[in-house]
Amino acid sequence: MSEREMKATAAPAEARPAAPADPVFTISSSPHIRDGETIDHIMWQVVLALLPVALFGIWWFGSSALINMAVGIIAAVGSEYIWQRAMHQPLTAMDGSACITGLLLAMSMSPLLPPYMVAIGSALAIIVAKQSMGGLGFNIFNPAHIGRAALMVSWPVAMTTWTKMADLSGGAVDAMTGATPLNILKMQGYDALVATFGGQGQMYTSMLLGTRNGSLGETSTILLLLGGLYLIYKGYINWIVPACMIGTVAVLTWIFGPAGLFTGDPLFHMMAGGLFLGAFFMATDMVTIPMTIKGQIVFAVGAGALTVLIRLVGGYPEGVCYSLLLMNAVTPLIDRWLKPRIFGTGLEPQAAKGGAK
Amino acid sequence: MWKSFFGGIHPYDGKDLAKTQPIEEMPLPTELSVPLSQHIGAPCQPTVKVGDMVKRGQLIATSEAFMHADIHAPTSGKVAKIEPRPHSGRGMCPAIVILPDGEDAWAEGLPLARNWEAMTGEEILTAIQEAGIVGMGGATFPAHIKLKPAKPVDTLILNGAECEPYLTADYRLMLEQPEDIITGAQILAKVLGTKRTVIGIEDNKPDAAEALEKAASGTQIEIARLRTRYPQGAEKMLIFAVTGREVPAGGLPMDAGAVVQNVGTVAAITAAVEQGLPLTERVTTVSGDAISQPKNLRVRIGTSYRACIEHCGGFREEPDKLLAGGPMMGMAQQSLDVPVMKGSSGILALTKKITEHPEERNCIRCGRCVNACPMGLVPSMLSILSERGDFPKCRDSYGLMNCIECGCCTYVCPAKRNIVQYIRLAKGEIRAEAERAKAKAAAKAAQAKEAAK
Ligand code: SF4
Ligand code: SF4
Repeated sequence: MSEREMKATAAPAEARPAAPADPVFTISSSPHIRDGETIDHIMWQVVLALLPVALFGIWWFGSSALINMAVGIIAAVGSEYIWQRAMHQPLTAMDGSACITGLLLAMSMSPLLPPYMVAIGSALAIIVAKQSMGGLGFNIFNPAHIGRAALMVSWPVAMTTWTKMADLSGGAVDAMTGATPLNILKMQGYDALVATFGGQGQMYTSMLLGTRNGSLGETSTILLLLGGLYLIYKGYINWIVPACMIGTVAVLTWIFGPAGLFTGDPLFHMMAGGLFLGAFFMATDMVTIPMTIKGQIVFAVGAGALTVLIRLVGGYPEGVCYSLLLMNAVTPLIDRWLKPRIFGTGLEPQAAKGGAK
Repeated sequence: MWKSFFGGIHPYDGKDLAKTQPIEEMPLPTELSVPLSQHIGAPCQPTVKVGDMVKRGQLIATSEAFMHADIHAPTSGKVAKIEPRPHSGRGMCPAIVILPDGEDAWAEGLPLARNWEAMTGEEILTAIQEAGIVGMGGATFPAHIKLKPAKPVDTLILNGAECEPYLTADYRLMLEQPEDIITGAQILAKVLGTKRTVIGIEDNKPDAAEALEKAASGTQIEIARLRTRYPQGAEKMLIFAVTGREVPAGGLPMDAGAVVQNVGTVAAITAAVEQGLPLTERVTTVSGDAISQPKNLRVRIGTSYRACIEHCGGFREEPDKLLAGGPMMGMAQQSLDVPVMKGSSGILALTKKITEHPEERNCIRCGRCVNACPMGLVPSMLSILSERGDFPKCRDSYGLMNCIECGCCTYVCPAKRNIVQYIRLAKGEIRAEAERAKAKAAAKAAQAKEAAK
């Protein structure tokens, strides 16, 4: 008698001596295997990639940097946890994404910002820009940018108070030592900027290494590049996005130089402000950028062009944050417009027919 | 160089488990349950009654429908029952239950000794039809229908890609019986009148490619070593790799001038044409990390998974999933009593270690599924829209019906979204909607007729 018939008979199963019970098999839709990648893993890898820059920030700007980053992270993760608890949602506050938001927010602002402001910005970022929109994946804007923009509106003075930088021009120019390089450029022009650093070579060196004034995590070009390359190597971000954004800024700032066409200093503009931080860690925020490569290129070029527009023409010295926010806003449109070509569609007639004759 | 499709994935292939195991003859089980539906199309009706004695290869079920493949007794014995039995594709399905008499005697006159070169194309097609051959890669499309394309074709492609992880049955067949495959290819080329014959093999099976090359020496048959990338064996991807042509959306291989047959099917065709043998057995891989001794078995149609797994030493560990076919596209089974059928490419038993995944979360728009989809779809949007119930938008704006359900998107999704499941749901709803519309239109037409009277 077969197993099946045994099951079908009315006699209780225990009464039958032989045949242990069959395993109970799980039924679900294919595929039955998955790769090991998870959201948590991706997010913590991004945090890891930001770590060198964060450590550099602490070394260069001191303990206030450490405090601001810690406060940013704790406020972000904490408010996400509280929100999810209150809303009876699954608790995913520890998935790394809130940590990135808090960290990026602190890194994109002055190290002198009072910690309570960082905390408010973080909480706003998480609650207004992320959770109230449905949580990770449904936010249209990069939460860190929303937090930063909100603080910019609320405390414009605190947001633009920078550390004092040594004046290497020896008093030759009236350099504003409490300003970022982009500020100096905007207010006093290129020559004053170079003089502040004591020469063009010194300027490039300190812009590359990060020994300059600016936001907590934006100054060290080389370490940002290192972290970015790590993410590219791991396949979490596509190199084409930072390349297009930074490349666009370089080309446009070179063309539209201060003394007429093709007189700009692209090297300075590439390393100035939050471009590297933005290009490698914000323009690659998968949630808020287009999904296809084509769309991402449009996004990155658009963000680069807007950054230059704001820097050269607009009222603010820096434009990375706002340009990315603007591009976030059009991302759904880009995604709708630039879909991949469906296999077997849009074929030329003879290709479709093949050699079928 | 062969073309390569866009997207795809490179999963752990698990082929090491069974690939060194030569094809082994599985002994006759005590009971065979032969389902009446083993092909795409209408189920067959039995031509035998309970109590009848049958011989191996004897016709036991057929159908009036055009789209069907005959079913033959897998061994000699007695028809014990005709009743619903478990089926790997449709839960329960009527089946002819045969108790083998142990003689395993062939039906009158079998096997024949025929020279295919002396046969006409028509005769060959009849032989294939009478043998009840279907696509054995899993699609189970009746072979004789596929071999009469309504449009001219110039390329015959043999599918030896076997891109599904764990499965090694086709690989062993190519290694051990390359001559049968080459002969079958020649037979099919004659029937179709195609100029070019290509056997596509993933480049992770170089020895199989060599064996076929050797067997094919002196013929015009090309062996194409294709990039190892799932789903290289999907019909559309394979045609593209070999011919550089895309099957138009909604079209069939013949629209790209090609006919594709799986290598297992081709070997079965050789037996059917040269010896007149109906399809009563096939090679299938029994594998997975829960199986004691993974093997490649030559199994009679109707043998239960239970018997096959017992023959492979039973379970080594507690299995979590029992699969008919590979882990990417195979169907999860509930019962060990489902029988091997013509389209059974593999039986897999996998433990929780392999089949368990974290909870599904929201799509984080990472784009990995977009990059993995060989059909150029946006799987994330399909899953989101389907979840919201916006099925028409899935179809109209996101090419729902082009999905081949290969599973690449779901495999790579870090949010562990069950994208394929959402897609199936949407497809089902769209089809049901179309049915309803059709029924409504028919009712209306009937009404109009009524009114006109
Ligand atoms: S959407 Fe369909 S065709 Fe594309 S990867 Fe997913 S299952 Fe495969
Ligand atoms: S892979 Fe998953 S998380 Fe990423 S875009 Fe596709 S559905 Fe969304």
